[in-house]
Amino acid sequence: MFTRISAIARNTFTDLVRQKVFYILLVFALCAIGSSVFMAQLRVEAQFQMIKDVCLGAMSIFTSLLAILATANFLPRDVEDRTIYTLLSKPVPRFAYLLGKLAGLIVLLFLFTVLMSLVFSTVLWLREQAALAQIRTEFSAAPAEELQQALKTVTDSTFNANLVPGILIIFIKSALLAALTLLISTFATSALFTVMIAAAIYFIGHLQATAREAWLSGVDTQWWTRILVALISLLFPDLQAFNLADDMIAGAAIPWNVFLETFALGWTYVAVYFALAAFVFSGREL
Amino acid sequence: MTRKALAILLLAVFGAAMIPFQRNLDATQKAAGLRQTTLDLDLRERLGQMGFLAALSGFRSPLAAYLWIEAHNAWERTEWGRMAGLFDTVTTLQPRSLLYWDMAGWHMAWNASVAALDDKTQPSEALRIRNQRQYFKLGRDYLERGIKNNPDSYFLKERLGILLRDKLEDHGGAAGAFLQASQSADSPAYIARFAGYELAKCPGREQEAYDLLTKLYDKGPEERKPSLISTLKELEKKLDVPPQQRINSPQP
Repeated sequence: MFTRISAIARNTFTDLVRQKVFYILLVFALCAIGSSVFMAQLRVEAQFQMIKDVCLGAMSIFTSLLAILATANFLPRDVEDRTIYTLLSKPVPRFAYLLGKLAGLIVLLFLFTVLMSLVFSTVLWLREQAALAQIRTEFSAAPAEELQQALKTVTDSTFNANLVPGILIIFIKSALLAALTLLISTFATSALFTVMIAAAIYFIGHLQATAREAWLSGVDTQWWTRILVALISLLFPDLQAFNLADDMIAGAAIPWNVFLETFALGWTYVAVYFALAAFVFSGREL
Repeated sequence: MTRKALAILLLAVFGAAMIPFQRNLDATQKAAGLRQTTLDLDLRERLGQMGFLAALSGFRSPLAAYLWIEAHNAWERTEWGRMAGLFDTVTTLQPRSLLYWDMAGWHMAWNASVAALDDKTQPSEALRIRNQRQYFKLGRDYLERGIKNNPDSYFLKERLGILLRDKLEDHGGAAGAFLQASQSADSPAYIARFAGYELAKCPGREQEAYDLLTKLYDKGPEERKPSLISTLKELEKKLDVPPQQRINSPQP
C-alpha cells in the first residue's frame, strides 16, 4: 500500500513541478530583492524589519495560493484526462489515491517553503553584511564598546531563531488549506467552485475565533446570528491560531509548548479533513 | 447526498470536540505575548475595508510595513499630522515591534518638534514653542505606550530616558527611565552609568547618584570611563566625602 501511495505522491509532485509552479520563486525573489533595494533608504533596523515583513507575508500568500489552486485542480483534471479511471481500475483504494495526491502536494509545499526561506535568508544575510561593513567604517574611530553595541544592534535585528517556528507554522497552515481544499473538491462540481469556497473559508477561518468566543460567551443577539456564529465555530478551522509570524517578525519568542500545540492543531486538522475527504470520495460516482 | 450530510455532521462534531483545545491554545498563545493586537472598529476606520480584511487575514505585518513606507513618504513631504496618524495605525497593527515605537517617538520628538519651532507660517513664537512641546509630548507618549506593550525590553526605556534628558531636560525622569532599563537582563552596561549621570544633575539626589556610580566604579576597570570618574569626583566635592574614601583614579 505504501508503495502505491508513494508512487502517486511522486507522480503528483512531478506533475506539479512540470506545471512550473517553481516560477513563483522568481516572483518571490524579485519581491525580496526589490524590497531590500528599495528599503536601503531607511534606517538599518527598519530595513531588516521591512524585508522580514515583505518576505514572510509573501511566503504566506504564495504557499496559501499554491495549496488552494493546486489542490482544487487535482480531481477535475484527473477526471478530464481520465487518468483517475486508469488508476482506480487497478488495486488502488480511493483513499490511497487521495492520500498520494495530498502527500505529493505537502512535499511540494515543504520544498517550496524551504526554497523561499533560503532566498529570504540570502537576501537578509547580504543586507546584514553590507550594514555591518558600513558600521565598521563609520565607527572605526569610536570606542570598542560603542562599535560592539552598534554591531549587536544590526545582528539582533536580522536573524533570530524565532523565525524558524514562524516559517514552519506558515507551512502547516498551507498543508491545512491543502487538506481542506481536497475535502471541498471531493463534492465540488468544478475547480472554480472549489477555489471560491476555499478562499471564502480562508477569510471566514480567520474570524472563527471571534465567532467562537461570541457564541460561547452567550452575547445576547438574535437567534439566527447565534446559529450563524455557532455554525462558523463548529465547521470552520481557527486560522488565526496560525498567524504567529507577525509577532515573530517583531521579535517575540515562541515558547516550545505553544509551537508544539499549534503544530499538533495543524496536523489534526489535516488528518481529519483528509479522513472526511476520503469518506466522501469513497461514495462519489465517477 | 447522505454521505455528504454525514460528513458535514462529522465535521461539526469534530469542531465541537476541538473547541476546548482551540480555547486553551488561544489562551496559551496570548499568555506568551502572541496575537495580542486588537482589531477593532477604530482600526477598521483607519485602515479602510481592504486593509482591515488584509489585517484579519494574517497580513498584519506586511500591511504595517506598507503603512510605514507611507509614513516615510509623509516624512519626506513633512506632513507631520499624517505621519502621526500612520504611526498610530502601524503601532496598533504591530505593538510588539520595538522599532515602530522607537521611530515614531523619534520622528515626533526630534523631527516634527524642530519643524514646529521653525514653522515660518506661525508668527507667534509662543505658539511655535507650544507646538514644539506638543510634539515632545507625542514622542514621549509613543515611547510610554511602547514600554507598556513591551515591558521586558530595555530598549524603549533607554529611548525614553534619552528623550527626557535631551528634549525635556527632566533629569529625574530620565534617571528613572535609565534605571528601569538597566534592570533588564539584556541591557548594555552604559545604561546604568547614564542613570548615575542623570541623578547627579538632580538637586538633592547627589548621594543616590554617588552610591550608584561608586557601585559601578567598584565593578572594575571596564566601568571606569572618563565621564564616570569626573562625575564621581564632582560628587565627592559636593558631598564632602572624606579623602580616604575618595576614588584613586586621576582626574581625566
